[in-house]
Amino acid sequence: MNTKKVREDDYLKRREHLKDLSDQELKERFWHLAEQAVKPLVDLAYKNTSPAIERSVLLRMGFSSLEAKDLVEKVINHGLIAKGAGHVVYRLAKLENLEIREAGMMLINDKGFDKVKKSFEVNKHE
Amino acid sequence: MNKNQKLDVLEILKDLDKYEPRRRGWSWREPVENLEMAGNVYKDASKPLKNSTPLPAAKYFGNIDPQPIQVITSEIASGRFEDDIRRMRMAAWHGADHLMVIRTAGQSHFDGLIEGTPQGVGGVPITRKQVRAQRKALDIIEDEVGRPINYHSYVSGVAGPDIAVMFAEEGVNGAHQDPQYNVLYRNINMVRSFVDAAESKKIMAWADILQIDGAHNANATAMVAWKVMPELMVQHAINSLFSEKVGIKKDNIALSTVPPTAAPAPDLKINLPYAKALRDFFSDYKMRAQMNTKYMESSTREATVTHVLNMMISKLTSADIQSTITPDEGRNVPWHMYNVEACDTAKQALIGMDGLLEMVELKDEGYLPEKVRELKERSILFFEELLASGGYFQAVEDGFFIDSGIYPERNYDGISRKINGGIGANTVYERDEDYFAPVTAHFGYNNIQQYGLKVDECPSKLINGSTFEDRSKIQYIDELDEEDNVYVRLETTKKYLNSNIIKPEVEWAGDGVLVVDVTLPTSIRYAEAAALEIAKHMNLLDAEVIHKEVLQDAEATRIQVKGRVDIEIDLTKLTLPKEPDLLSDAEIRDYINEHPMTIIAGTVGEDEHSVGLREIIDIKHGGIEKYGINCIYLGTSVPITKLVDAAIEANADAILMSTIISHDDVHYKNMKKTHEYAVEKGVRDKLIIVAGGTQVTPEIAEKNGVDSGFGRGTKGHHVASFLVKKRKEMNEN
Repeated sequence: MNTKKVREDDYLKRREHLKDLSDQELKERFWHLAEQAVKPLVDLAYKNTSPAIERSVLLRMGFSSLEAKDLVEKVINHGLIAKGAGHVVYRLAKLENLEIREAGMMLINDKGFDKVKKSFEVNKHE
Repeated sequence: MNKNQKLDVLEILKDLDKYEPRRRGWSWREPVENLEMAGNVYKDASKPLKNSTPLPAAKYFGNIDPQPIQVITSEIASGRFEDDIRRMRMAAWHGADHLMVIRTAGQSHFDGLIEGTPQGVGGVPITRKQVRAQRKALDIIEDEVGRPINYHSYVSGVAGPDIAVMFAEEGVNGAHQDPQYNVLYRNINMVRSFVDAAESKKIMAWADILQIDGAHNANATAMVAWKVMPELMVQHAINSLFSEKVGIKKDNIALSTVPPTAAPAPDLKINLPYAKALRDFFSDYKMRAQMNTKYMESSTREATVTHVLNMMISKLTSADIQSTITPDEGRNVPWHMYNVEACDTAKQALIGMDGLLEMVELKDEGYLPEKVRELKERSILFFEELLASGGYFQAVEDGFFIDSGIYPERNYDGISRKINGGIGANTVYERDEDYFAPVTAHFGYNNIQQYGLKVDECPSKLINGSTFEDRSKIQYIDELDEEDNVYVRLETTKKYLNSNIIKPEVEWAGDGVLVVDVTLPTSIRYAEAAALEIAKHMNLLDAEVIHKEVLQDAEATRIQVKGRVDIEIDLTKLTLPKEPDLLSDAEIRDYINEHPMTIIAGTVGEDEHSVGLREIIDIKHGGIEKYGINCIYLGTSVPITKLVDAAIEANADAILMSTIISHDDVHYKNMKKTHEYAVEKGVRDKLIIVAGGTQVTPEIAEKNGVDSGFGRGTKGHHVASFLVKKRKEMNEN
């Protein structure tokens, strides 16, 4: 429970810097502020991923919702989520010369993670 | 599809694994400039439908059904999608072309896609199978009505991107997507919500899905609904601009805006300036005009008036999509007939106010623009403090939103969420430098160059196309739960599907629910108890009072009781009253031309009613004169003997006797007397006697000696058709 006192409506005092703006200037100011509020949110999304995003990638790669959920959990447990769950599947398919679904099924059966991890570490040291 | 044939739900459920949506993306109505229908010219109307149910009064206007320019929404989600399919057809016939399916309680917190067809609570579990079934049904329905129907549900919760992919693959046309909704009302972690939202929106952009935001919920949640107006503009701005930044085109970004207050507050005085301010600032985006739900009580009449006032605001400002709220939402999960009523309310109000802005305009000085300006400034001040506090996340944590003060007034009672709290907290991961996802419509950093692609190439090239390019890659799951699925449910209701057995129904096949509307001359507490007692005597099961209204504290109370009956009717065992077998206008006219006909008409007995008979006779009411029948009208209170004598004198072919008063069956007695007097005079064989009146039942009339009886709803056409057929029959003998 917030214990702060009520803040009275001081609109007339606060609006001093706005009162001489034209309607158009007011609108521009509104959208300029919106830009500032939204930009960090877009940047955050650009740089990060989540289990739901990775599941959505796997769905688009041709896995069922049940398989996608399972795969993403395993990818997180193996510490590989920052590479992308789809990437893990893709990498194994490349390494083993497999179809995408075959590679995914291997991983669901807990096979191939070591190879993928090794290959990512090798890349890191290049 | 034949309009007299029911949709076959079992047929729709067949072969869903092979179903492919026929299109992607949103459809607007086709405007028709200066649409002319039955002599009326409409300014803001769209292309008429091939098949529809017009408003009740349309019968006075050649049964026209002008369609407003706005897309009309109907929200249908009873928990059983298989029953909702039939209701979607009803709504579409009444003008809905945006069918929105509310999700079942709890789906927001389900981490992944739900599969199969489990039953929902307060909504429907949205699954691939359910979406396919409903989209497939809408394909049939849109062909039938002749206008594209948009299908809509929600991309939110902790599985937003999963659902967005499924919607893109299945041709869903519109969706709610607003991370703020997750944060404020579903307590889903804010960081996770925004990160997920970017991916969801990018997918929706690819699928050309129209997005609706979630800001209207602030109004429904707030303690003092209208005071959230400044922050509503901020919420709309955050979602709209965020959506645009991740790639949704402006035309597909719609604000869900709701008039925040309702009468007895001065509705327009508060709602109109807000609507205007919003449309000024958000002129680049679409407006989905939602209706007020905050102040809905159990009176469907009150809700309907609120919604009509809301539509007046839509007409005075603008609306691209007009939502409808079922007027029974304040008392139960909406029923079939209220979806239909809501669609009709929207159609009636919007068409009724056609061309409003050609006649009136909003004032540009005085109260309205001053209030508009104030609201805009207050929203800017809100944004300024939000940024000063450290940005959106910090502002949410500080409880800026849904505060009951009108900003900058603050009561510090807003909804506060922790940046690191809520469902799904700490489940966001920073992408590594070599992060990669080989799919279409993926938002954010994606190192495709490491596999030899150029920056602007589609990542899914590396896997020969994702499901967005190659549908055959989609993995379809049918059912996961052997107990909770559509086939098990249909086992219990299949008796009523496409069969001759019917049972009353408000939402689900065979639910048996009906409403008794009873006015009792007592106070509210006694009336409620008495109504339940009456329901018991009527054998209503699970009776429940759903509405009560005091007419006067001591004099009377109106009560609506809902209950269930276990009454089944076998249609094959019903005897239907004969339907008039009508000749065409041309057939009647041709016959009368060759065989001129004279009739004697009058209202018999001590009866001064004349309107009904005049409508049957007069040419201006489409009466029998228009076929060339010579009518001699004797007026009202005509003695029976006079009627028959006049017929003999004029050598008339028929008598049309009108008999309205039915006390002590005097109307039937008069028919018998007329018949007997004509027999006595020796003219009965040559004279046709027809009796009409509001209380006349044709079968009983015939038993009382007349050739035919005509009851309520009779038109001149019915009578003329009978006269010609009877005359032909007499000539043959």
